[in-house]
Amino acid sequence: MKKYFQEFVRGIIKENPTFVLVLGLCPTLAVSTSVRNGIGMGVAATFVLLGSNIIVSLIRNIVPDKIRIPCFIVIIATFVTIAEMMMKAYSPVLDRALGIYVPLIVVNCMVLGRAEAYASKQTVIKSFFDGLGMGVGFTLALILISGIREFLGAGTLLGHSLIKGFHPVFLLGMPPGALLVIGLLLGFFNLLKNRKA
Amino acid sequence: MNAAQFLTIFISAVFVHNVILSRFLGLCSFVAISKETKPALAMSMAVMFVITMSSIITWFIYRFLLVPFGLTYLRTISFILVIATFVQFVEMVVRKTSPALYRLFGIYLPLITVNCAVLGVAVLNVDMFFLDNKAVPGSFYYSLFQGICVGLGYGLAMLLMSGIRERLELCNIPKAMKDFPLAFISASIMSLSFFGFNGFRF
Repeated sequence: MKKYFQEFVRGIIKENPTFVLVLGLCPTLAVSTSVRNGIGMGVAATFVLLGSNIIVSLIRNIVPDKIRIPCFIVIIATFVTIAEMMMKAYSPVLDRALGIYVPLIVVNCMVLGRAEAYASKQTVIKSFFDGLGMGVGFTLALILISGIREFLGAGTLLGHSLIKGFHPVFLLGMPPGALLVIGLLLGFFNLLKNRKA
Repeated sequence: MNAAQFLTIFISAVFVHNVILSRFLGLCSFVAISKETKPALAMSMAVMFVITMSSIITWFIYRFLLVPFGLTYLRTISFILVIATFVQFVEMVVRKTSPALYRLFGIYLPLITVNCAVLGVAVLNVDMFFLDNKAVPGSFYYSLFQGICVGLGYGLAMLLMSGIRERLELCNIPKAMKDFPLAFISASIMSLSFFGFNGFRF
């Protein structure tokens, strides 16, 4: 059991997809304008990661080596389509807010990267926990970035205003703000890593 | 279909909603390959070509295959497959016919399959130029033109960024900020300046 727990935790801190591996940044930056969007994107990506990791791991001995990448892409695209349709049906508001970034989970390097580097070589249960860990790590990173951006850029968190008379910095809610926040956060985490070493 | 519409698409795709700096598509390749000008230029050429061609192909697939048979929910899966196949095909053709061209940008072609900008433009075209599953008048030309313009915007951002990063190499910067963090902060300032085009109205 401990072994599986390690697989799970690894994706959250040591190999966090956003801050350590620097993978899959496009949706991270584009949808992190509010915490609600961030959580929605994180959950959708986690669902796709879990599904694709399980199926890829199941068929890892059947698929010929040469055509494995196209196979992985089809599997991932299937789960993305499922996520897209579910979102359209149950949460149209979120679907409109996330826009084209939901179908773009297909080309998120994080999902294909895990399928190729991990799930295609490991057992189903291990891949499941790896996908879960990576997904949770991705969601937490999204919550951190979108929390900073929503708080400073709109003065709210999850739609509730926190401080009275706070003048928001609109810039942070806009595209330049996203790049600035991720740049500073990456620098900060680098600094922590260098201190430790 | 009129000239003003084309001008709006041009300004929007190249400057205001620049594919990298405002829509954040193709960010991975942007930070990975923009260290020097030459590879950045080659990559931009390859991306421009693939985006333009894939805009054409995906438009035909959507208009004549997915819409008539009511299969529009298969959009994502069919687009990514077609793009992946097309890129693979181009890579094979280039390798066989022109080794010089292959050395110039062939190595970047496999990377483009998973470049979100290509799929992003295909999805965006469908979102913008099909209303209620019906092509708006002139939608093919709009799609094609938007494909070209997004490619131009990608090339512009790439060139500017590689120029900045070549200069940054010579500067004395804090160790923690090297590479990725500083690249993102420079991109943020660039994005801010591109934001200035927001006031353009026709």
